[in-house]
Amino acid sequence: MSVARAPIPILPTRAAGSSKSAAFEYLTTKKDELAGWARKFSLFPYPFVTACCAMEFMSVSSSPYDTDRFGAALPRFSPRQSDLLMVVGTVTHKQAPILLKVYEQMCEPKWVMAFGVCATSGGFYQNYAAVAGIDRIIPVDVYIPGCPPRPETVIDGIMQLQDKIARAKHPIITKDF
Amino acid sequence: MNSAIFDTIRTQLGSRAANSTVAHGILVLAVEPDAVTGLAQALKTCGFDMLLDVTAIDWLAREPRFDVVWHFYSTTHRVRVRLRTRVSEGDPTVDSLTPLYGSAAFMERECHEMYGIRFSGNADLRPLLLYEGFVGFPLRKDYPKLGEQPLVPYREGFDPGDRTAG
Repeated sequence: MSVARAPIPILPTRAAGSSKSAAFEYLTTKKDELAGWARKFSLFPYPFVTACCAMEFMSVSSSPYDTDRFGAALPRFSPRQSDLLMVVGTVTHKQAPILLKVYEQMCEPKWVMAFGVCATSGGFYQNYAAVAGIDRIIPVDVYIPGCPPRPETVIDGIMQLQDKIARAKHPIITKDF
Repeated sequence: MNSAIFDTIRTQLGSRAANSTVAHGILVLAVEPDAVTGLAQALKTCGFDMLLDVTAIDWLAREPRFDVVWHFYSTTHRVRVRLRTRVSEGDPTVDSLTPLYGSAAFMERECHEMYGIRFSGNADLRPLLLYEGFVGFPLRKDYPKLGEQPLVPYREGFDPGDRTAG
């Protein structure tokens, strides 16, 4: 038995390049630029500091190198208030559930920085205890090599992350909204 | 330098210190597993008031397979004594020193989770540095080098690559 289906109505398409569409795209692009510009200069880092790279993190945060110049100086020790997760140091398998929980508690938009070679790839730890790179557990936006990384390397990483944020789309309504 | 003190200790311990040597300035006493508690008690009365370390050595091919090692320190004589005994893989059991030294509790826990040495008398041998559910003893020589036991599943589609290379 066959059922007669109603024909699917064809929506009227807007002619490409019409003035209304172009204005909308212009405004969307400008909105993304504005949001990216605002967000890249107001990074609130959550320092997930587990190991000796912490010394270098302190060095890069304090006055000689001063990450405040890039708007990324004020550490927030609550994942709810931060948007940059800086994983500084070795993450062990015992620590991994905590890292995942902190990442999941952060609000969108959020970025992750793997600070130092241990967070990037496990470094010289190749054993039962260490996670060989946090990207096995959470997505990472910028990797900073070095054991520990020089402050200049960290600043370069922050600037690359800023470029990435500036180039990204910043939808007002996300899938989770 | 410490030989005079070591001779005094040897005299006080008597026959229990029969198998003793001096290595790297430390008096080393090799004993049977069942003599450990008695010797530790004797050392404590000799002034060795501090238990520095409890650890084990895995001689994979040897029988009995494991050495269990204790380090004692005397804050009055300022010397160290090492006590070592051999236990087999089938029954790696020695007496706990927790009745004599409180610091033995955590060190025995660590030695238990890393080498699988059982300390009879230590009521709390839960994992200390490892986590519940970890299978095996990672510091044994036959534990695989890449024997990871992740608690968090890896991200979907993540390719760990070949970690054995290099």
